[in-house]
Amino acid sequence: MNALLRIAGYEIRDVVRGKWLVAYGAFFLLLTETLFRFGGEGGRVLLSLVNLVLLLVPLMGILFGTVYLYGAREFNELLLAQPVGRRQMFGGLYLGLALPLVGALVLGVGIPFGARGGLGGANAGVLATLLGTGTALTLVFVALAFVLAIRVQDRMRGLGAALLLWLALGVVYDGVVLLGVTAFAAYPLERPLLVLVLLNPVDLARVLLLMRMDVAALMGYTGATFEAFFGTALGTALAAGALGLWVVGPLLLGFRLFGRKDF
Amino acid sequence: MIRVQGLSKRFGRLTALDGVDLEFPAGAVTALVGPNGSGKTTLIKALLGLARPDAGEITVGDHRLNGDHRYRGRIGYMAQVAPFPENLTAAELFRMITELRESTAGPDGELLEAFGLDRELAKPLRALSGGTRQKVSAVLAFSFHPRILILDEPTAGLDPVASGALKRRIRREREAGATILITSHLLGEVEELADRVAFLLEGRVRFQGPAAELLQATGQERLERAVAALMMGEAPR
Repeated sequence: MNALLRIAGYEIRDVVRGKWLVAYGAFFLLLTETLFRFGGEGGRVLLSLVNLVLLLVPLMGILFGTVYLYGAREFNELLLAQPVGRRQMFGGLYLGLALPLVGALVLGVGIPFGARGGLGGANAGVLATLLGTGTALTLVFVALAFVLAIRVQDRMRGLGAALLLWLALGVVYDGVVLLGVTAFAAYPLERPLLVLVLLNPVDLARVLLLMRMDVAALMGYTGATFEAFFGTALGTALAAGALGLWVVGPLLLGFRLFGRKDF
Repeated sequence: MIRVQGLSKRFGRLTALDGVDLEFPAGAVTALVGPNGSGKTTLIKALLGLARPDAGEITVGDHRLNGDHRYRGRIGYMAQVAPFPENLTAAELFRMITELRESTAGPDGELLEAFGLDRELAKPLRALSGGTRQKVSAVLAFSFHPRILILDEPTAGLDPVASGALKRRIRREREAGATILITSHLLGEVEELADRVAFLLEGRVRFQGPAAELLQATGQERLERAVAALMMGEAPR
């Protein structure tokens, strides 16, 4: 446990001083601040933020994660040559990478809201949901980055796979679902659709956010079906639980792969 | 001392190590030589627990490798390349390793001074030249009183002064009874430092024993020629 926290601590220091993390945090800060200045009201700012968070957080998690891990490969071997177990090493690496990303998102979005006293107002619940799902997506995609970087030996192929996975889950998935829905419009599709939502962490995050924001029109086909079927309370619990499984699953897989890997 | 018995390791269809039996005695420098792809790196990684062997066993000191990581506290390891976290300083790196080893000793003061590293400690590691990073790596390997030293191309990239200081230190650790394993492509250096030679080819041990014995066996006067003869496939007589 001690070694885990030490590894995480030094890695956080390294990551936080890097230009990518600073740029990531600054981007959310500037974006939120700009949205406030132009759009004004907090609810609308949040709505504008949703799609960017859903797109950008997974991208940064998986891409920054794989780039960092491939870059640190030799150093991590040196650390593993010290009297450190692989479990502590994996836990330390994971926290050291995920926590700074979460911090940049929470601070970048949170500071402009805090400055306007938005942390306690009517939008507080939605803001908390946005930051919560953003945190969960960071944890999911950093875990996926670990799985790829451990599994794929070749750096370029690993980065390619990371980009493809992000594209598939964040962009292509919904399009394919919509295509399927139109193609099979004559059949009852609610149940298969619900399963499809549960299989994609980005969709789960979107559903969670939009159920909270009361904008069913923007929820897309999958989201609307989801709310209609479960109602808000059960739907939220189910989606949050499934998102939790999406964090745990890849993390356990990465943990197992890391324990068996030949470096 | 390190003992390797019947060690085998395959990566898919590639056999990296094929029934390797080797002994690295204490108080001696053993040079691990062989062409690229002969299995040297895989062997070192197996000794460090970085690669899991398919068969065979490894004993480091009195510990038989079984997945417990504590034995590595006795090992000082210097890797061939030394890429460190870009945004940490050398001082932070030393502190990190010291804490991970739960050691009360800091980095080795004597080598720090011999390498003139004191002035570089506060700089971020990305700002250091390759040779300077190699010096940092060497200091790490020799700190914390290791009884076993595994040095992978230790002098590559070092200037002559630093290289000389490192070699003096290696000899002193040998006199103090450390088990020392080095790999090097500079056979002149191997000749200068090594008491024993272990020659690997295609994952098998083709020769191990005192350097003088290898010269005799191949009928050569220089180690370079002797190793070249082994590489060309001439079996030692």
